[in-house]
Amino acid sequence: MTNPNSPEVIPPLPPKVEACPEVLRWLVDADSIPRDAEARRFCEERLAELRRDRVVRPAIYVGAGTCGLGAGAQATLDAVRAYLDSHEIHADVVKVGCIGLCSVEPVVDIQLPGQARVSFKQVTAEKVPGFLDEVLSGRLPEAMVLGQHRHATLTAWDDVPYLDEHPFFAPQTRWVLANCGLIDPARIDEYIARGGYAALWKTLKEKTSEQVCEMVEASGLRGRGGGGFPTGTKWKFARGARGETKYLICNADEGDPGAFMDRAVIESDPHRLLEGMAIAAYGIGAGKAYIYIRAEYPLAIKRLKAAIAQAEAARLLGQGILGSSFSLEVVIKMGAGAFVCGEETALINSIEGRRGMPRPRPPFPAVSGLFGKPTIINNVETLANLPLLAQRGAAWFSALGTKTSKGTKVFALSGKVSRTGLVEVAMGTRIRRIVFDIGGGIPNGKAYKAVQIGGPSGGCIPTQHLDIDVDYESLKTVGAMMGSGGLVVMDEETCMVDVAKFFMDFIQRESCGKCIPCREGTRRMLEILQRITRGRKKEKGIEALERFQSVLHLQSLAESIRDTSLCGLGQTAPNPVLSTLRWFRDEYEAHIYDRHCPSAVCAELVTYSIDAEKCKGCTLCLKKCPADAIVGTLKKPHYIVVEKCIGCGSCLDACRTEAITKV
Amino acid sequence: MVAADIDLVLKRYPNASRDSLIPILQDVQQAHGYLSREAVVRIGQHLRLPASKIYGVATFYNQFRFQPQGVNHVQVCRGTACHVKGSAAILEAVKRELKIEAGQTSRDGQFSLEVVACIGACGLAPVICVNGEFHAGVSTKSVAKILASYRKASQP
Repeated sequence: MTNPNSPEVIPPLPPKVEACPEVLRWLVDADSIPRDAEARRFCEERLAELRRDRVVRPAIYVGAGTCGLGAGAQATLDAVRAYLDSHEIHADVVKVGCIGLCSVEPVVDIQLPGQARVSFKQVTAEKVPGFLDEVLSGRLPEAMVLGQHRHATLTAWDDVPYLDEHPFFAPQTRWVLANCGLIDPARIDEYIARGGYAALWKTLKEKTSEQVCEMVEASGLRGRGGGGFPTGTKWKFARGARGETKYLICNADEGDPGAFMDRAVIESDPHRLLEGMAIAAYGIGAGKAYIYIRAEYPLAIKRLKAAIAQAEAARLLGQGILGSSFSLEVVIKMGAGAFVCGEETALINSIEGRRGMPRPRPPFPAVSGLFGKPTIINNVETLANLPLLAQRGAAWFSALGTKTSKGTKVFALSGKVSRTGLVEVAMGTRIRRIVFDIGGGIPNGKAYKAVQIGGPSGGCIPTQHLDIDVDYESLKTVGAMMGSGGLVVMDEETCMVDVAKFFMDFIQRESCGKCIPCREGTRRMLEILQRITRGRKKEKGIEALERFQSVLHLQSLAESIRDTSLCGLGQTAPNPVLSTLRWFRDEYEAHIYDRHCPSAVCAELVTYSIDAEKCKGCTLCLKKCPADAIVGTLKKPHYIVVEKCIGCGSCLDACRTEAITKV
Repeated sequence: MVAADIDLVLKRYPNASRDSLIPILQDVQQAHGYLSREAVVRIGQHLRLPASKIYGVATFYNQFRFQPQGVNHVQVCRGTACHVKGSAAILEAVKRELKIEAGQTSRDGQFSLEVVACIGACGLAPVICVNGEFHAGVSTKSVAKILASYRKASQP
């Protein structure tokens, strides 16, 4: 692992050319490349530099998305800069987005001149000086290597595994995430140099808006936000609707707890979304587009604002895009924190400055939406699929996937799994492959219990159905749904009744209150679940009867909420309960009949005890106990009075000798 | 002083219609830390809408606060991934440590506590966020230490 190119000799960089559309023209139109050799070479070098096919000095890429920053990427970045300053080394420091493997953040890539780019994991600030000492002198610290990037012209490192052979990346098909973590999201020219905006160019030049709708319909692209409605069909409604003014809305109100792919795409590759929006707006004939994004994503909003300004300056958005008669104004609207605003009619109300409550449909937004005009609402991922689809065509797109689900789907893999992060797989990939091959299985030798897919509207997939395909229809057969793409893995230490309770608590808080089944029903369901998980140390006879009666009603209540609610939020609200009831009935029964939580999660059903052998009588637990439930004196084994214990777990945290166990 | 702040925001929205309401509320809260009674009335006058309508919209959304924030604003993520990794216990630990409930500000004005549905950092669960800085993989044991570091930093 040595590098022949010493980093000390650094030729000067050519002057920066801020000519994005020109670069784009070179890419899409071979005739526009100047004929004389000198200028031609300049073009090619410029493109190679933007694609980072060629670096003249070491390039250090730091993954600085929200996840990376959470894991300490800012400190790493500062440490890298300080190191370069103090050693007087000239190197390019590039803030890139997120490569998707959150569990090994902060990720740093280094590209030495002539050599392939290599990714390193867990480069925390304190490791930086030693790490850069080694890498810049051409030695790669083996323990930190994640893998090297495959490249046609750059020299590969010997004995360094390829990143695309890493178990996390190998089974993935990266379409939407293709550029994530590789390019500088703050620079439009890097996106263009990798083929960006060429699809928009091609679409505007070659296709009418009708043909665009037809292409999308033929490709079989379906909404990635949850419903899975065919995108092209929806567009046709809006295209056919009467009226001059039409709107496109990009739904980036990623409210599902456990989903973060939209944020990652916007942070890491914002121009892909903008290009997709321009294609969509052209297809439906919209002149104004809104991006409705959560205020909780400040970095994504910042990147998006910068990207819009750049695209407008390059005439890729705004008036007369790329010299055509098509114009598009893109406006960012910040959501104010309401889960229900992911529902399209509620989202429209929110943009109009009203309470985010759904409207009855019909009329559908495609006919009468924002300000009463035809409106198309698409999710970030749906729109981010469009550039590639327009570039390569419907047949290419629909070649991947299952019978009814085409293309890829991005999932946010999290929870009790070894490798967490963003995963993009072809439709038809088995859930088992995602959890065990890509995710690396359950850590600490625990057993798999379920994976929760689709957030509060979705369901659980138990062990016996792990071999199910990622497909809109097949997921429904086991009571789950594609949803927006949150995949939360649960192990034997997760209580499924508690999970159902968690979702019901979320939903009843987020219910907008417009229709009664959702407003009242979800609250009643939560109360039932709370009764199931409550201790009964002082329960009276009548309360016990109520508890049993309500359990009997749980399922029928869930069904009537599903059948009678106004919007998608209410109709799918009981899913977590129905799904856990279906697959984990035994856990409900253990809670109800035995007053026992098999996973030792439900605080009031858990009993703590002190092992007299291990207890040294340090009195730490006694001091921490908020309920005075622990008795004992110094240097004598302590004892927990079960009747007084409230199950808070403070003693377990306080104990240093591991004498306390919970059952 | 306060009124001037609000007017400064409203100046950025001349001839505003109702669809500017939420951006205005967001800007006022940004400038002010919260939505005061006075702010709600003034925004209503600016948009020619009754204060009750403004209040109705503002209370609908989780983002808006009607009480000033503490010096240090603690957000505890209660998303699914965080929940599975034990964020309920983290929230309890934070409440115990700060001696306040979610949505409250401590009496000395040092800390305010907010429960958020999901901050979108699920890969790092469980997460808490103090003044916009993320703390990944926190445990009930590390909570006290994290909070103490902020308490120390904000005291002279």
